[in-house]
Order: sequence, then structure tokens, then C-alpha cells
Amino acid sequence: MRWARENLFGGWLSTIFTLLLLLLLWKAIPPFIDWAFLDAVWQPDPKVCRASEGACWGFIAEKHRFILFGTYPYDLHWRPAAATVLLIGLWIFSAIPLFWRWWLTLVWLAGLMAIGILMWGGVFGMPYVENERWGGLILTLLLTTFGLAIAFPLSILLALGRRSDMPIIRALCVGYIELIRGVPLISLLFMASVMLPLFLPSGVTIDKLLRAQIAMILFAAAYLAEVVRGGLQAIPKGQYDAAHALALPFWRRTGLIILPQALRISVPPLMNTFIAFFKDTSLVLIIGLFDLLSTIKIALNEPAWNGFGVEAYVFASLVYFVFCFSMSRYSRRLEHQR
Amino acid sequence: MANLEERRIASGFGFLGREAGFEIGETAFMRYNASDTYLRALVVGLTNTLAVALVGVVVATILGTAIGLSRLSRNFLLRNAAAAYVEFMRNVPLLVQLFFWYAVITEGMPGPREALSPLPGVFISNRGIFFPSLFSGVPELQGFNFVGGTALTPEFAALLTGLATYTAAFIAEIVRAGVLAVHRGQTEAAHALGLSRAQTTRLVVLPQALRVIIPPLTSQYLNLTKNSSLAVAIGYPDLVSIANTTMNQTGQAIEGIAVIMAVYLTISLSISAFMNWYNAHVAFK
Repeated sequence: MRWARENLFGGWLSTIFTLLLLLLLWKAIPPFIDWAFLDAVWQPDPKVCRASEGACWGFIAEKHRFILFGTYPYDLHWRPAAATVLLIGLWIFSAIPLFWRWWLTLVWLAGLMAIGILMWGGVFGMPYVENERWGGLILTLLLTTFGLAIAFPLSILLALGRRSDMPIIRALCVGYIELIRGVPLISLLFMASVMLPLFLPSGVTIDKLLRAQIAMILFAAAYLAEVVRGGLQAIPKGQYDAAHALALPFWRRTGLIILPQALRISVPPLMNTFIAFFKDTSLVLIIGLFDLLSTIKIALNEPAWNGFGVEAYVFASLVYFVFCFSMSRYSRRLEHQR
Repeated sequence: MANLEERRIASGFGFLGREAGFEIGETAFMRYNASDTYLRALVVGLTNTLAVALVGVVVATILGTAIGLSRLSRNFLLRNAAAAYVEFMRNVPLLVQLFFWYAVITEGMPGPREALSPLPGVFISNRGIFFPSLFSGVPELQGFNFVGGTALTPEFAALLTGLATYTAAFIAEIVRAGVLAVHRGQTEAAHALGLSRAQTTRLVVLPQALRVIIPPLTSQYLNLTKNSSLAVAIGYPDLVSIANTTMNQTGQAIEGIAVIMAVYLTISLSISAFMNWYNAHVAFK
């Protein structure tokens, strides 16, 4: 009672808000439960779905293989499934501070090699699958992983360049970062998908997935560079002076003294950028790659399942939410540990 | 260059003067028809981008401030509802949210004949949202759709809802951080002067918090403007979407992308310039 009086009805304004919110919840929650659970159709039959008032989860049940694996050959779905589990496993493994040792790089190299073998095949009696047919969740995860793995070192160079004493390098880095941050990601993806092929000598082609990946890397590098620069700026000047006083050459000064501190400070904003990047991979849909969101959209195009977009996108939201929410929780825990 | 000649693709911006030959679904701010030039089509696209960005910024700011302040409320229910909103919105890609709103409007809403009418003269149907205006009167049902009044197309409504609700979550966090950055002593002093909680927030805390809030708020406005380019995915004819059509028709991808980038860079730089001026204006003197 006392808790309620203090936390729900502490003043007339608070009381009004409480009552309004209770009314809103009362109006919203029961119909939502009806729609999502009680009246929902779980069997994969569009006719039953259309007859019902509730959500049509049958769509997900029917299409989950396509949504998760895209146009990957149906009989071989265990391969992207194994690759997905392996990749998520690698992420979780590297989230544990105990394993932050030099050999973690080796674990990643081995893991990525295994994923490459699983996805492409062509050895150990597994038929070859060209990467035009990759799709679904694994594509989203691979775009994120490779994007961040390559953009991160690049961004450190850019951030160092922006704070460099050499005017040309500084101008180039500032120009690059501001240019990329000033334009929408879509324009970069368009650039990779329609403009880049025009610049290649005839006969040379780079496949679409790689081109999109390059655009994502260029994009992420600029944003990460600003985060790293923030970290570099936050280090007390004394650290720079001390490193100078030890007469260390530039790269050892940077690698041994400045960067370890700068990156440690930047962990929370870096994690935020990682999450934003994971969400941004959904934009490859616009240039016609089959990531998780685009397989969902394509599945909806089938006439029988037309018109169940709300269910489909609720499902998509949940999948993305699970990934992003766990990343943000993890980053918060990391912050509190120190 | 040799590549372009080989593929018989023209170069240069000569195409801007030629006839575009495609219709645009949304021409609320400029008259346009298919026989107009590409340049005019692109300008129509730009006005559409600016329109959605401008309205989006206003709505997102109001909503974001309200939610940010709610997160600091002493009311348990309000505080947690706001926190849940922020958590959910920030962890789902904007593109998914846009598709969701577009699906809600086109699939979830009734047809024009059974349109919802929350206020007299306002109609919500799967053809968009119609409301009365001073110039074109009250919307009326004629045949299969409404005539008269001002209309928000489903594309505009979905894009605006998506952009505003998504960005509001980020703005809420900025507002909250800004308010928390104001020293506790300020609040206590205001209470000691006998100001009420609402007065303290309005007269003492917010003006000081504004200085912390403005720089990150600027980048959210820029993000919203850049994110409005996702319009292309749900068929709202913004600048990117029209430049995309232009590229497909003329094959002049380099020029098309140059136009997009130049326009967005100009917008980005002008918003930051304005915000820097404003920031200097409210800073401690």
C-alpha cells in the first residue's frame, strides 16, 4: 500500500499518468493476447489463417526453412545451420574475458575456415554451393562478422590518421570520415552495386556479396574511427608525454601505451556501434541480397501468403531483438565489471 | 571512361534537362508530371525528403523528450513503460520497423468504406490518413476513396511513424543523460527556493541540460534525415528513390550517386552548421 502510494499515486499528476497508462494497458494487452495467442493459427494453412481473426504464425512455421537459409539447396540445409551455430558459438566464446588471449585469433581463424568449408563445400564429399545462393540468418551474421573484423583495424588507422601531425594524412582521414558519415548507407550500397562494376576492366567481375561487404566495411570504418578517436582524446596528455620520454618509436608508443587504454575506454560506445552495424546489415535487402529480412520479405511475396506482413515483421523484430538485446546487456555488464 | 563508352552509357549531367517520363506518387509540394525533366523530378524527391525529415524531427523531439523525462519519473509504471519502449525500439532495425508500419497500415487498417474515424473529419484507412484542411475542405467518401481534405499516403505515414518512433528512443536517452548531468545541488537549491517539481524541471534543470543535450541531438537529427533514405524500400518517392529510378532509366549511375551524395552532404553540413551556431548561442557566456 505504501509502495503504491509513493510510486504510483505520488501527486495528482502522477495519479493521472498511472490511470492513463493502466487504461492504455487494459485496452491494449487483452486484444494483443487474443491476437497473438488465443486466436492465433499455428498450422501452416493460408486458408485457415484467412478465416481467423488472430495472428497467422503458420506462415512462420511453413516458411522457417526459407527464412533461415534462403535459397540454399534444401537437402543441404544442415550446412548453413551448422555454420550459424558455429558462428554464434564463436561470438559467445569470445565474449568471455577468460578467453581473451592471443590464441583467440587462432580459434577464430579455424572457426571461420570451418564455416567457409561448410558454406561453400566442394571438399569432403560436400557438393559446391556458390555464394549467390547463400541467404537468411547466416548471411546477416557473416556480413556483420566480416564487416566488423575488417573495419575495426581500418578504423584504428583512420582515427590515428585524423590525429596525426602530417597534414596530408590528416586531411585525407578527416575528408574520408566526414564524407562517409555525411551520406546515407544506401548511397554507398548503390555505389557498390551499380557504380563499382562500371570501373572494373571488362571481364573482371566481383560478386555482389563481396561488393556489398566492401561498402559495409567502408561505412563501419568511418563510424568506428570516430569512436576510437573519442577514446584517444580521453587519454590524459601525460600518457603521451611519458611514452615520448621513454623514447619509444611511434608504433610501439601507440601499440603498447596509447591504444590499449584508448580501446578500453571506448568499449561501451564501440559495442553500441557494433549493434548499430548489425542492424544496418538489413539494408542489403535494398540491393537484392538475401539476408534475414529479405528472405522474410520474399516469402511474403508468394500469393498464398500475401497479406501476413504484420506477423512476418513481428517475427523479424523478435529475431533481431534477441541478438541486439543480448549484445547490449553484455556490454552493460562489461561496463559495470570495471 | 573506356568502360562507359563500351557500354554505350553517356556521361555528364546532360540528362537532367531531358524528359523524365515517370510519374511520382507524391507531389504535395511541387506540381510535377511525367513530361517534366529529370531535374524537376529530383527536386520533387528532395522536397519529399525534406518534408518527411522536418516533420519527423519535430515529432521525434517531442516524443523523445516526453519519454526521456518519463524515464526519470518517480512513477513506477511510467518509468518502466518508457524504459521498455526505449529498449525495444533501439534493438530492432529501422527497416524492419518501417516494413511493420507499412504492413499495419496497408493490411491491418480497414478499406475506405469502413475507415476508422477517431475524430470527426479524420479518416484512417488502408489508403492513408485523411484530415480536413483550410484549402481543400473536409474529406468525403466518393467511390473507392476519399476526396478533398489533406491526405497522408500510407507510404508517408509509415515512413514518418517509423522514423519518429525510432529516433524518439535515441532522443529519450540523450534527454535522460542530459538531465542526469545537471548537478543535484541545482535541483536541491530550486526546491529550497520553494519551486515545485514541475517548475524545477522547466526553469532550472532543462535549460542547463540543453547544453549537454544539443550536440548529440544534432547527430540524431542528421541520422533521421539520412535514415529517411530508407523510403526507397517502402516506395515513398524521396530523393534516393527518384535518383534510383533515374539511374535505372539512364544507366548513369555515377552521376545519380553523385547527386545523392552531394545533396545529403549539403544537408548534413548545413544542419551541423546551424546546430553549432545554436550551441554557441545557448552556451555559458
